[in-house]
Amino acid sequence: MTATMPVLDIRGLTMDFGGLRALDNISIQVNKGEIVALIGPNGAGKTTFFNCITGMYEPTKGDMIIAPPGKAEQRLNKLKPNIVTAHGLARTFQNIRLFQRMTVLENVMVARHCRTFSGIAGAILRDKRTQREENDMVEFSYKMLEKVGLSRYVNELAHELPYGAQRRLEIARAMATEPFLLLLDEPAAGMNPKETSELDQLITKIRNEEGIAILLIEHDMKLVMSISERIYVLDYGQMIAHGTPKEVSDNPDVIKAYLGEAFDA
Amino acid sequence: MDTDLKPFLQRILNEIRKSSAVALWFMFLTFPIMVMKVNPLDKTLKWRWMNMVYVGIGAFFLSFIWRYLLERKEMGAAKDEAETWQKRAGKLIRSDKRISIPCTVGLIIFAVSFPFLFSSYQTSIMITALMYVMLGLGLNIVVGLAGLLDLGYVAFYAVGAYFYALMNHHFGLGFWVALPLAGGLAATFGILLGFPVLRLRGDYLAIVTLGFGEIIRLILENWNELSYGPSGIAGISRPATFGINLTLQQHMIYLYYIMICLVIFTMLVVSRLRNSRIGRAWIALREDEVACQAMGIDKTKTKLTAFALGATWAGFVGCILAAKTTFINPASFTFMESAMILSIVVLGGMGSIVGVVVGAFILILLPEYLRAFSQYRMLAFGASMVLIMVFRPQGIISGIRQRYEFHKGLSKGEAL
Repeated sequence: MTATMPVLDIRGLTMDFGGLRALDNISIQVNKGEIVALIGPNGAGKTTFFNCITGMYEPTKGDMIIAPPGKAEQRLNKLKPNIVTAHGLARTFQNIRLFQRMTVLENVMVARHCRTFSGIAGAILRDKRTQREENDMVEFSYKMLEKVGLSRYVNELAHELPYGAQRRLEIARAMATEPFLLLLDEPAAGMNPKETSELDQLITKIRNEEGIAILLIEHDMKLVMSISERIYVLDYGQMIAHGTPKEVSDNPDVIKAYLGEAFDA
Repeated sequence: MDTDLKPFLQRILNEIRKSSAVALWFMFLTFPIMVMKVNPLDKTLKWRWMNMVYVGIGAFFLSFIWRYLLERKEMGAAKDEAETWQKRAGKLIRSDKRISIPCTVGLIIFAVSFPFLFSSYQTSIMITALMYVMLGLGLNIVVGLAGLLDLGYVAFYAVGAYFYALMNHHFGLGFWVALPLAGGLAATFGILLGFPVLRLRGDYLAIVTLGFGEIIRLILENWNELSYGPSGIAGISRPATFGINLTLQQHMIYLYYIMICLVIFTMLVVSRLRNSRIGRAWIALREDEVACQAMGIDKTKTKLTAFALGATWAGFVGCILAAKTTFINPASFTFMESAMILSIVVLGGMGSIVGVVVGAFILILLPEYLRAFSQYRMLAFGASMVLIMVFRPQGIISGIRQRYEFHKGLSKGEAL
């Protein structure tokens, strides 16, 4: 049955850095339109996991398969990052990686690169087709900025934005590649409670309106528990638990990983 | 009273101490050139102690000004002032038609009448300056937009020049046919250089490109059968005039107008590229390579297009150089040329078209007009570069991004 097939299916993913096993036999599934969280203490291998899926690292072992809605299945192993993005996986970064000296609108326009076609000749001659494509690109990017609430900043340079706005711009930029799965790496890091609750609404809104699946890494437990439908827990590269937020928060292994062993006994 | 005055006096004393140290240091540094004068014929040594005093006094006072300006810059005042000054002037020239039209018309009239107002020596210098404008704009694509530090840009310049020279020498190929071909060949070389350096960045890239530049020059110097070695190739045809006979002077004027047209063409192309899909990919690559790839941009393709398109302009200008001087040899394509072109881009303002034009005029025309001060010429040149880099590291005119205006759901790009 294709209807129940997960859009992202990771099986037995292992990543070794020399003698260090950063990820050990990790399997994760994400279904269409689902919000899934990946949590774990610092150094658990969460970002490594993202880097493997998005083609930045080449995993030692394991299969990574995507099934974009309405498209054929695709193996992600050994694909370059830009090809992975073209297949419909977009990500944000833990330490914000915006194009600092480009305007906010241009940041989003860059993400339209893989969905547009005009080349050097088009750029120099500025023919009708290129102009149309350029106008569509501006239009699309502006709508994306409106969606995340950054439309008043269009012409500002990215590095001049407030911190919370930079995080949202990263999301808008990732969304502009028209993904079916959005990978968010600690989107709430460094945000104040008000910004975090706005982010909560934004992520839910993106899922509901666009119908895309979201896989997020996050340390803010309040955010994770409130928006995610399922949670995977990593510790030292091992998958120690997964299930609904309730199941995970009651799991003794998870409590141990986060709080340490109990003193008595 | 006493407590108020004390820190103030202390500060003055401190400043004087610093300036004295600077003065002493400069007196020591300039001692061999400013004080001692050796006359090798008479075998006498003349001591000019007064010069030492002048240097000391000059350095003492200049160091005050220097520190004052640095302090102001650190406070951010100078930078903001310059920034708003640039923005305000730019806005005024663009938006106010009463200023922008006379300015443009004046500039055009000046450019067109230049060869008739000034001597052919001046015209020749101006042609050189315009050539460097084109080279600067070309390198600006690679360094300013794509952020790939290329120290071997002169190699493509040499490729263009030697292509025309050899084709003209052996097959009598004309300038107008050779010009686009030289650009194309240089672009091919750009891609050839691009492939091995795809994985390199920053310092490593700079070193490899430096090596590439030297390799091309050494090949030209040593492969006598192909390039006629250090003696070069002479008697290259000037640009064809389609049957009209011109004197040498008229030829210079003709070339001047060709250069004006080509510079306008280059500026148009580069400004269009800059605000295009490709141009944004270049800038994204410069800003963050990892994020750029994660956003779906093919790094390989983007780097290669930058190298190829940058090299194209060097190929064009190489062809023009051969036609202008009618003689070329490897000595024209040393590392100094690469450094000069890079200085134009960095000094003028990376990524800025007007900046590069201004930079080229300053760096090429300044040494020419400073000939009056002959022996201090290069000193003044170096000092002005240091000053600009210290007080305006982003270049004389920094690159401005395109702005967009949105109203009633309609978008309108306003090129800046």
